[in-house]
Amino acid sequence: MKIGVPRELHADEKRVATTPDVAAQLMKLGFTVTVESGAGDSASFSDDAYKAAGCDIATSADSIWSDSDIILKVRAPEEQEAARLKASQTLISFVWPGQNTPLLEQLTATGATVMAMDSVPRISRAQKMDALSSMANIGGYRAVVEAAQHFGRFFTGQITAAGKIPPAKVMVIGAGVAGLAAIGAAKSLGAIVRAFDTRPEVKEQVESMDAEFLMLDFEDEEDGAGEGGYAKVMSEEFIKAEMALFAEQAEEVDIIITTALIPGKPAPKLITAEMVESMKDGSVIVDLAAEQGGNCELTEKNEVVKRHGVTIIGYTDLPSRLAAQSSQLYATNLRHLLTDLTPEKDGNINVDMEDEVIRGATICHNGETTWPPPAPKLSAAPQQAEPAPAPVEKEEEKRSFAGPLIAMAIGGLALLGLGAVAPPSFMAHFTVFVLACFVGYMVIWNVTAALHTPLMSVTNAISSIIIIGALLQISSDDPVIMWIAVVTVLITSINIAGGFAVTRRMLDMFRK
Amino acid sequence: MLSLNAGTITAAYIAATILFILALGGLSNQETARRGNWYGITGMAIALLATIFGVVTKNYGLLLGALLIGATIGLLLARRVQMTQMPELVAILHSLVGAAAVFVGFASFMDPNSSYTGVEKTIHNIEIYIGILIGAVTFSGSVIAFGKLSGRIGGSPMLLPARHWLNLLLLLGAIWFGREFVIQAAAGGGMQPLIIMTVLALLFGIHMVMAIGGADMPVVVSMLNSYSGWAASATGFMLSNDLLIVTGALVGSSGAILSYIMCRAMNRKFLNVIAGGFGTGGGTSASGGEQDGEIVSVNPDETASMLAGAKEVMIIPGYGMAVAQAQHTVYEITKALRAKKVNVRFGIHPVAGRMPGHMNVLLAEAKVPYDIVYEMDEINDDFPDVDVSVVIGANDIVNPSAQDEPDSPIAGMPVLECWKGKTTIVLKRSMATGYAGVQNPLFFKENTRMLFGDAKETLDQVLKDLT
Repeated sequence: MKIGVPRELHADEKRVATTPDVAAQLMKLGFTVTVESGAGDSASFSDDAYKAAGCDIATSADSIWSDSDIILKVRAPEEQEAARLKASQTLISFVWPGQNTPLLEQLTATGATVMAMDSVPRISRAQKMDALSSMANIGGYRAVVEAAQHFGRFFTGQITAAGKIPPAKVMVIGAGVAGLAAIGAAKSLGAIVRAFDTRPEVKEQVESMDAEFLMLDFEDEEDGAGEGGYAKVMSEEFIKAEMALFAEQAEEVDIIITTALIPGKPAPKLITAEMVESMKDGSVIVDLAAEQGGNCELTEKNEVVKRHGVTIIGYTDLPSRLAAQSSQLYATNLRHLLTDLTPEKDGNINVDMEDEVIRGATICHNGETTWPPPAPKLSAAPQQAEPAPAPVEKEEEKRSFAGPLIAMAIGGLALLGLGAVAPPSFMAHFTVFVLACFVGYMVIWNVTAALHTPLMSVTNAISSIIIIGALLQISSDDPVIMWIAVVTVLITSINIAGGFAVTRRMLDMFRK
Repeated sequence: MLSLNAGTITAAYIAATILFILALGGLSNQETARRGNWYGITGMAIALLATIFGVVTKNYGLLLGALLIGATIGLLLARRVQMTQMPELVAILHSLVGAAAVFVGFASFMDPNSSYTGVEKTIHNIEIYIGILIGAVTFSGSVIAFGKLSGRIGGSPMLLPARHWLNLLLLLGAIWFGREFVIQAAAGGGMQPLIIMTVLALLFGIHMVMAIGGADMPVVVSMLNSYSGWAASATGFMLSNDLLIVTGALVGSSGAILSYIMCRAMNRKFLNVIAGGFGTGGGTSASGGEQDGEIVSVNPDETASMLAGAKEVMIIPGYGMAVAQAQHTVYEITKALRAKKVNVRFGIHPVAGRMPGHMNVLLAEAKVPYDIVYEMDEINDDFPDVDVSVVIGANDIVNPSAQDEPDSPIAGMPVLECWKGKTTIVLKRSMATGYAGVQNPLFFKENTRMLFGDAKETLDQVLKDLT
């Protein structure tokens, strides 16, 4: 089947739905790929690079929309794009059907199959096609870069001849994918990073990145995790405690990065105008929730504004500002989805509505709206931490004295019995035997585990001391016995020489 | 020829005994091990010389010929053998000790100069009988173990119906023919029951080892090691020779302790291993314990960058590394990483491989310094600080269900807790289960990445990307 990638029409959209590398991998799945001329220019992928990867270049979007079987896009289709969609085609892009009801209706009416990358269910199996996480990751990183640009000081602390520079203090609100990416980026620039999240289970993740997790001084344990690993709306008291914490932090930190979003709801207002006022001059707030109204009261969507001496950044297109990176991740997410869609790798997609991931992503199919999908079955980290199964108890069995006592008694009786019937010469040898067993026992426990193989080969060599038996018999007058002894000498000497030599070879290899 | 009196011979034997004990004691660490080996060689030389000059009265030519030919073969074997084939070599050498015990036993029985009478004769005959019995079991068992280890015989356990009854029957048969033998021998005969018993013992050895699967081989090899010692000891009783008794007992207890260590490392009972039939062989597909979670695979390129970005790397080798002959590449990677100031260590599980200490020898062969190779107990607590653990061709020894699933077949087996580190990369050929036939939840953990393919090829690729 033919995949077509048109140029993004939305103003300031720099991303592209496939990269030359990914296109080459798509071809391995049996597809042909056509890219509109100039589609990758803003993300630094030239037409030549696509050509070199084996793509066809179409001069206009028309031929892409008319000839392709599958169309890959980044942004939701514009109205004129949706109008070109045909029933036989499949469109894969971001759609946001929840916010774009008219678009969803328009798409359904075309009869085409439309898969929304934003509707891919958040289950572990679909992580590799989770474009929201990919974009959030980039957004978090870029947020720190933007903050650094508007922040007038170093992130890292330094002691120089000219004086001491304190490290910047960064607070990240919301430790989802974007928040964690921001923590990582800020941390690696050298800042002191604190993070807050309503979901207590992310504490470990935050701390694993060497950031401080801000704890709420709050009585009831309230878990902020909602369905699909997203946050949910919290109770009033909780919010009060939370706001007190932010107010306290605002006075202290230099940079606040907010990423708090609740699916399907306007972004919670967490940073009030008073808090902004209390911040030091020159501080920066990056509001990653600007699209949904912003976590800060003073955020203006798509703008950088200065209020009370604080720079407030409200960009909503942070991933697009890192176009090459986000195109590459998004294209890879698309490729994973297409890989799942073409189990035969023959270039023909199979929209299997039984598959949880494909079902979740498909928002309209055969002229019917299939959004929203049935609730996903959760398989990721269980939120209500089930009581962990008790680890296998390494219970030291209580050693009673009865066992060894009985064994000793039996052993003693057996010895007595043996002594009663056996001749003295046998008992003499037997004494030697038992003592030798004990010596062996003591010596062998000292052998280090690393040398167990040499131990086996050397014991093997010395157990060939049995050659003495053959030597005692080799002078026999009976030719049969003599020849048996000769053969025995032969095979045991193989063993002696081989065993010692191979042990030596092995031991020579052990070195510091 | 000069001849030595009995006292001198005994003195020489005492010296040899002490040297043998010192040889084993030397193995307690790598520095003294080489010296230990020389003690062993010296002890053997003293014993041989004393016997040759003190006891042998004729046929020196044949004796020297046999010695020289045997020694040449032995040296050639030792030089040619690949370190990955060590378990096979050890197994086949065990079989020679077993065969020697059988031969010496028969020769001793046929010896017309035997002067025993009465109870002593009975005891002597029982000693012969036991010596041959153990020797024959060692011989045939080792041959089968050799076949299995070298791949000439399939590695999966062969389970005959009613195998336990069969074993019991063979045992009872051996006892019954033993009685027959002693009765007939007293009257001057006894060759026939002795031969029948030998055949039974050979069959028993074959049957016993056939029923044991590949990954239980460390137990089997060390058990056969032990048997070869007991066979030497029994021969010593038969010949009233204390040197043989002592040496045999040393070797016997050495093997027994190794078997015990191996069993403990698998949390299994010795009898249970010997009775065989754990799981249904290697590489069956998953059964039981449904897995949720996703397998995340990586390519060599990503693996290389993860390794290069780490500070602490732990490499956990298993039998798969030996099969793929990947130890040299592993060391090249180790060198490259150490040059980048990455702290690389190796964690060795006691039963990794097919023989006790197998992994250590392979790593030593690849010139990995032994002071970065650690035993499980030494490093298991360090995993939380490890950035990347690389599991190469191992499965059950890194299975978390041994700890947190009380009804798992491997519950309670000590395992390397690599999942406590930040990331684990598992090199594997496919998703097949390990020897125990248990699915490994490690592969589905969030911080586990799977690198599929032949260990050698993928590691070569990793190395290329790393340099």
